[in-house]
Amino acid sequence: MFALVDCNNFYVSCERVFQPQLEGVPVVVLSNNDGCLIARSDEAKTLGFAMGEPYYQARARLQQHHVEVFSSNYPLYGDMSRRVTQVLTQFSPEVEVYSIDESFLDLSGQLYLFPDLADCAAAVRAAVRQQTGIPVCVGVAPTKTLAKLANRLARHTSTGVLVLNTPEQRAAALAATPVEKIWGIGRRYAPKLQAQNIQTAADLAAMPEAWARRHLGGVVGVRLWRELRGEVCLALHAGGGEEADAAPVRHSVTCTRSFGRPQTGLGPLAEAMATFVERAAEKLRRQGLSAHLLTIILGTNRFATGGPHTQTLVLPLTTATNDTGALTKAALRALRQLRQAGVAYQRAGVLLSGLEPAGCAQLDLFGASAKDQEQRQQLMTTLDALNQRFGRSMVQLAAAGTAQSRQAWSGRQARRSSAFTTSWDELWTVG
Amino acid sequence: MSLLHLYRLPDEPWPLPLPVIGSTLSAGFPSPADDHLDPPLDLNRHLFRHPAATYLARVRGNSMLEAGIHDGDLIAIDRALTPRDGHVVVAVVEGEYTIKRLRQQGPRLWLEPANAHYQNVEITGDMSFTVRGVVTHVIHALPPTC
Repeated sequence: MFALVDCNNFYVSCERVFQPQLEGVPVVVLSNNDGCLIARSDEAKTLGFAMGEPYYQARARLQQHHVEVFSSNYPLYGDMSRRVTQVLTQFSPEVEVYSIDESFLDLSGQLYLFPDLADCAAAVRAAVRQQTGIPVCVGVAPTKTLAKLANRLARHTSTGVLVLNTPEQRAAALAATPVEKIWGIGRRYAPKLQAQNIQTAADLAAMPEAWARRHLGGVVGVRLWRELRGEVCLALHAGGGEEADAAPVRHSVTCTRSFGRPQTGLGPLAEAMATFVERAAEKLRRQGLSAHLLTIILGTNRFATGGPHTQTLVLPLTTATNDTGALTKAALRALRQLRQAGVAYQRAGVLLSGLEPAGCAQLDLFGASAKDQEQRQQLMTTLDALNQRFGRSMVQLAAAGTAQSRQAWSGRQARRSSAFTTSWDELWTVG
Repeated sequence: MSLLHLYRLPDEPWPLPLPVIGSTLSAGFPSPADDHLDPPLDLNRHLFRHPAATYLARVRGNSMLEAGIHDGDLIAIDRALTPRDGHVVVAVVEGEYTIKRLRQQGPRLWLEPANAHYQNVEITGDMSFTVRGVVTHVIHALPPTC
């Protein structure tokens, strides 16, 4: 039996753990750069605030209803997510972290301790609540697809848990699930199914297997259809999420950001670009890859007249590299070409592609000597080690600017709560 | 006069492993086992029984002074422990966090400060009150005296 544990309004719940005065009042959390609403408390949902609603459109109504507004605080959410996962491992040696707020467990071993799995699900819920303060819902069923379905229905039960054990329980749950809410159906298939008068998961499970093969993308569709009928096709991938089937071959590494306010000057744009290169190059080195192509991206305001506006420039590098210095130099050269004087840019970023394992690059006849390259590599290794030890961006190229100058272009986070659990300077205080 | 043995601190400041010397100090012949250090001690593992449920916080105010908890000290809070009479706890009273000693006699429940300047707070049925964790350790820095 699988369980899907899903944290209720996770980001809001994290804020509430350390700010109990937020219990019972409407709370929303904004995306990176305070762009739009990405988490809403139940009270805020009731007031009609929508997922993904732009902040500037909602602002007046948020004030009118006295909604507490927070910028996203990923250091806090990441640490709380880690703690929730650790609590879950007390119940199942195998936990598949599916996303920051969802995990699958294998409850097979728990049957000896809990003859009734509803008790086990309740114990999981109580333990997470006590040890982290985060409220969760637990769905338990014979397959992952059904566990996901049970979890969705558990949100509307008084206990916050739902177990689909018997054929009767399964049938009732399938009948209560609209077809577009099935894990893996998504927006692409839902209209097609509805057009053929398949409205619920029960309708879909009642179709012949051959029909699922033909209309739901072959093998994938058959798998989904079988899972709905209680036949296990998707195994638990302890540790990783969706990518656990096979480590994906990365095709590119990217780092893009929106600016806190539009930037016209070359100075701030160059600093931003150098900072993005630094991040992307770090990712490359962590994965032991080098890039042949560097793309820089500049975007103007999406909501300005003239529609979406993104400009890119691709620079082929003479030799594949993951050296921050070489990549920064190239990115700044590209920026000077691409940037138009007087234009205000809203977004910028870099994309490194044409990846290959590092260390098999051909030497460039006019490039650095092998000895130079070795020294550069040593420098990058040292740089990564220092930043690993003393915190991100502790040591960086001067091109990336200073914390103070970065204020000019870095994202707005006007309402971020403290990193209560991960920073000595912002530690939780108790009076 | 006391004998000090200086340990080399590890590179990583946190978690802080300290080497432990196998033999007790005695005058005379050193133990040959001292050449074979045990694995370093990990203070985290030693102190925190439930790492996932343990949170560090900084104390504000002196209401727990006589319990050795000073303004500015670090405390470790374990949310996995069941609070009992006599435990120092972190609780939420009327939407505010507070650190006090939990007292229970029969049906009566109150929060007791460790400082004569503060009052007991009795928990009555009409109050919103939850204990959020038990304080297991206080980390108090000793200021340099010279």
